Amino acid sequence: MLALDIRNLNKKYPNFQLKDVSFQLEKGYIMGFIGANGAGKTTTIKSILKMIHIDSGEVRILGKDIAEHEIELKQEIGCAFGGLDFYTRNKMKTLTDVIKKFYKNWDDETYYNYLRRFKLDENKKIAELSTGMKVKYSLALALSHGAKLLVLDEPTSGLDPVARDDLLDIFQELVVDGEISILFSTHITSDLEKCADFITFIDNGQIIDSSEKNEFMESYRLLSGSESQLHQVKEQLISYKTNSFGFTGLIHTRDFDPSSDVRATTPSLEEIMIYYAKKEDIYV
Amino acid sequence: MNVSISSTSEKPIYQQLIEQISAQILKGELESGYCLPPIRQAALELRVSVITVKKAWEELERSGLINTVTGKGCFVADFSSDEMLRIRNEMVLKQMESDTSYYKSFGLTLDEVIELLKKIY
Repeated sequence: MLALDIRNLNKKYPNFQLKDVSFQLEKGYIMGFIGANGAGKTTTIKSILKMIHIDSGEVRILGKDIAEHEIELKQEIGCAFGGLDFYTRNKMKTLTDVIKKFYKNWDDETYYNYLRRFKLDENKKIAELSTGMKVKYSLALALSHGAKLLVLDEPTSGLDPVARDDLLDIFQELVVDGEISILFSTHITSDLEKCADFITFIDNGQIIDSSEKNEFMESYRLLSGSESQLHQVKEQLISYKTNSFGFTGLIHTRDFDPSSDVRATTPSLEEIMIYYAKKEDIYV
Repeated sequence: MNVSISSTSEKPIYQQLIEQISAQILKGELESGYCLPPIRQAALELRVSVITVKKAWEELERSGLINTVTGKGCFVADFSSDEMLRIRNEMVLKQMESDTSYYKSFGLTLDEVIELLKKIY
């Protein structure tokens, strides 16, 4: 079953546009949603949650269309958006008491477990929380009502390495039964290299690729070589950098002749993102 | 079962899993009937993605080293010493294939390679 099924999402803003965004997430898996700042990650996530009106397209969650079953589906979705900037002069405890009333399956025990795990004191005011603590608090809220789908926007940003590692542990524990699915956006790609099953890469409002992590990474090759070698492959490269020692560039594996003598390695997610960003610079 | 994964290695993680587990099976360290941990449990403990483990288990099954019993789990297969030899040779040949292309890139002949190999073997 698909936990999330997005088809041909379009949304036009004066200076930015989501173009035919489509991708699917199978139930029980973790998908990382990557892209540079302003690529459309948050816009896509907001469209999924019906927080903005889309121009066209379809979003199905756990088999149901969100346009028709919004209220029912939101019981099943846990979401968190980095910061938290409402009712900042209230205590966490007060805010939780308000929020939990919206959820039929709210579980106090789970909630307090996460507070302990995240070392949060619920008598603190929102305004007194650090960036990382706000992220942890919103995650505790998202995880405490038995959600089947977690949609998290930059949940790891603002967290220190220890907290990030712990959060990834939590993600893996959540999917262990195969019931919960997670979509999270990030630009800290090392997080994904550890735990994500699928990668969806968005660039300039368009999905470049959405596939299994290894397949995704193996569909690109990072080349390095001398200037004369650059001329052999220049036409096929997505983008490249040169320096006095030679060049490095990114290429689709299908465009690369493996018998060529240019040195090729599998790029990291970060390198793929960087070379795509460079591609636009060339045309500007 | 012992597995240690290096995230800095050029080898994909599923490949590392396959190599380490199949080596243990072929050396007899994991006996036939040994039950492999469930995919999702293994992924959690090894801190790798579910798909990575799934892929490794599937590959091990394809090469005949493990059997999946639906609803029960994955078990090390029961095979004769002949079969074990065949699977081992297959694996060694696969490795040799990639090594050979490396030697060929230097233009070495088979005799030259054997001479060099004798020095270190």
